[in-house]
Amino acid sequence: MTDTATTSRPVLSVENLTTSFKTKDGWNAVIRNISLHVHAGETVAIVGESGSGKSVTALSTMRLLPAGRSRTEGRILLDGKDLLAATEAEMRSVRGGSVGMIFQEPMTSLNPVFTIGNQIAEALVLHRSLSWKEAEAETVRLMERVRIPAAKARLHEYPHKFSGGMRQRVVIAMALACRPKLLIADEPTTALDVTIQAEILHLLRELQREENMGVLFITHDMGVVAEIADRTVVMFRGDMIETGPTGQIFASPEAIYTKSLLASIPRLGTMGAASAPKRFPEVDASTGNAVDGREMSPVAQTASPILKVANLSVRFDLPHGRVHAVEDVSFDLHPGETLSLVGESGCGKSTTGRAIIRLISPTAGTIVIGGQDVTKAGTRELRTMRRMSQIIFQDPFASLNPRITVGSAIAEPILAHGLMGRRDAKTWVAELLEQVGLPAKMADRHPHEFSGGQRQRISIARALALNPKFIIADEAVSALDVTIKAQVSNLLLDLQEKHGLAYLFISHDMAVVERMSHRVAVMFLGEIVEIGPRAAIFDNPQHSYTRRLISAVPVPDPVRRGLRPEPLTEEIKSPVRPFEYVPPKRSYREVSPGHFVQVTTS
Amino acid sequence: MNTMAAVSMPFASGLRRLLGNRAMLCGAIILVIVVLAAILAPWVAPYAPNKLSIVNKLKPPSMINLFGTDEFGRDIFSRAIFAGRISLLVSLGVVAISTVLGVILGVAAGYFRSLDAPISRLLDAMMSFPDILLAIALVAALGPSLTTVILALGITYAPRLGRIVRGSTLVLRELPYIEAAVAMGLPTWRILTRHVLLNLASPILVQSTFVFASAMLAEASLSFLGVGVSTDMPTWGTMLASGREYMNNAPWLMVFPGLAIVFSVLSLQLLGDGLRDLVDPRLAKES
Repeated sequence: MTDTATTSRPVLSVENLTTSFKTKDGWNAVIRNISLHVHAGETVAIVGESGSGKSVTALSTMRLLPAGRSRTEGRILLDGKDLLAATEAEMRSVRGGSVGMIFQEPMTSLNPVFTIGNQIAEALVLHRSLSWKEAEAETVRLMERVRIPAAKARLHEYPHKFSGGMRQRVVIAMALACRPKLLIADEPTTALDVTIQAEILHLLRELQREENMGVLFITHDMGVVAEIADRTVVMFRGDMIETGPTGQIFASPEAIYTKSLLASIPRLGTMGAASAPKRFPEVDASTGNAVDGREMSPVAQTASPILKVANLSVRFDLPHGRVHAVEDVSFDLHPGETLSLVGESGCGKSTTGRAIIRLISPTAGTIVIGGQDVTKAGTRELRTMRRMSQIIFQDPFASLNPRITVGSAIAEPILAHGLMGRRDAKTWVAELLEQVGLPAKMADRHPHEFSGGQRQRISIARALALNPKFIIADEAVSALDVTIKAQVSNLLLDLQEKHGLAYLFISHDMAVVERMSHRVAVMFLGEIVEIGPRAAIFDNPQHSYTRRLISAVPVPDPVRRGLRPEPLTEEIKSPVRPFEYVPPKRSYREVSPGHFVQVTTS
Repeated sequence: MNTMAAVSMPFASGLRRLLGNRAMLCGAIILVIVVLAAILAPWVAPYAPNKLSIVNKLKPPSMINLFGTDEFGRDIFSRAIFAGRISLLVSLGVVAISTVLGVILGVAAGYFRSLDAPISRLLDAMMSFPDILLAIALVAALGPSLTTVILALGITYAPRLGRIVRGSTLVLRELPYIEAAVAMGLPTWRILTRHVLLNLASPILVQSTFVFASAMLAEASLSFLGVGVSTDMPTWGTMLASGREYMNNAPWLMVFPGLAIVFSVLSLQLLGDGLRDLVDPRLAKES
């Protein structure tokens, strides 16, 4: 089975696949006439934005959609066998047998009450009829194959002891357990940090070469596509827009949609000589041509920062230890400036943002906003402080109360602070909506009537309602599709220029950060390891973690694949320490004016 | 305070949606009939509820006695209509009290971390008693009367709502829109009313309809045990209890008050389900 590379027949061939869902008004086709082929040893990526039908394509292929409410037409041949004609019992042996599957969420795809070894072995016992003893030996081998360190020792551990990246390796091991001919991976790295993502992609490539599997890889991320796919299928609103070798799609896209998609991707290293942030390219939707955005006008130097954070620490006590979420963090933020806090999940960047506006209480340190120390502010001072600072969250769906209209959501802070009467507030809401690019008449609608991008605009309008001096944008554009991401980021830049806003831009997305920032602070395990002007951090990173973070970002250019250094395989350390732990005092070295790097003591 | 009005939806669209939901409309119609019959009992009922007629005892349903007569020859149809007054009053009173208590305790426990432990332990303690036992103890302490029965049952059922409300509040408290409201400097009472309570409407409505049904049956149990509402006024519960002895040869003694309970509970649940959808803007249909 490993020597089928030369056979001409594809492992999976999907022809004219059309899937419809039952709605009140009859059958509604969500994907139309999808045709694709996956050969042994080949990776085919399906790429598209949310709602493009890429996941439905994968689920239809495996017949995983509910039978009564969906209808699949066309032909799906797995190794020449028609899956649409197969019985449910036959499908069960296909799934997890000749086809392995990996899904997005590594935290929920493992059962927390069984050990890792048990869960992998189960598939072996079921599909390959091994005894439990044989299965255990095979499990260790599989865990070693997916490069889990100390596999034998970790066999009897439960999923909660594994980090996200390690869990995804376990899921991959489970998918590989029955030596599948085809691996379907639905956004397998989307929930992971970039450095972990790089490791998992690297692993998948190696495994594919060793096993000679076909891989159907579903993603929204063009960078990942460039990194891994041999051929690419671009989907848009249920239709296959373009398909071809990945290199060709990136070099000379034919469809207008593909062109605009490629033009919208945030890329590292596109800043040229700019020193201020630069708008994202404007893409003409009718031609797909892009014009690079202009550089924002420089910020007038002011003497006093709007926000001054000194020696901020946030710690939480757990039953078995203390989380040093934020440790000795200091920085200034000047009016009109964007300081980005970057780092991977658990590095304390969001906690820092929340502590600054006192959504959580800092353990130590001082926070000075507009010249006033708010570290110990009481209820009254906090309310005044909250007129100066606002926050925008990541999840556009959870950031708005579903029960109240967007107009009254935006008006709420103004009325609560007694700044305007109801009539004036209404005019102000209309003005705010127009500022964020939405028609004023939409004020009467409820949040569920808006798309993700529009909701994020509404959150921005709400944040602007009080005329704040600075805004904390906590992964504010991370959950949005690429084209929308560029638009909302541009909106943030325009608003900054217009109102002289300062942003604390919290993000894990280095490509967006490069465009948006004046200065960047890199956080690792609760500490700032490097801080400085954007150009200095990206062009001359000093700290090893900063370098690793930048090099792990997928480059949306298939030509440069393989030129990048191999990622390290090591688990990120945990910020949970024993109660008696006293964090060491860190010192910083000034590399160039304003560019500081933490001096490593080890 | 004045912005609260902005939340309410236009009356006309609410009415259109009410008419669009057939199950809810059914529930509303049944409930209106039951309530009207109870209010207008002296005019609707053909006989006085306590008029004895020993010669006519245990008569099966007929044109003269629509639902038959009981062991004292009293007209069951008339009694059932009068009984609705007390039964509905008790149930609605219990729902009102337990909802208000449960929501206050639940929101306080769910939203304020420091209050969570004491309130939750109190609710646990109350729930560890069998419902009826707790109600009997409370009635015994307060002295039996209509008011004390309502009060006792209201207190007894408050933890049921309290637990659900606390759980939902815990989830809501962590949502970004609540955090955003805090970050905007909204006063706490406003966050609680506009952002927490409004989003608790569904679980509260659903749980309240359950309490309504339980209260109706619990009131019957209390009457049966002799600690309920005074016995000279019939309730559906007492009618059920006293009809039990004749279940084999005169089943109509139990069937009709039983049906009355079934229909009022059913109508309220249909109405509750419909209301839950109605107050949720996400389920509003765009024409």
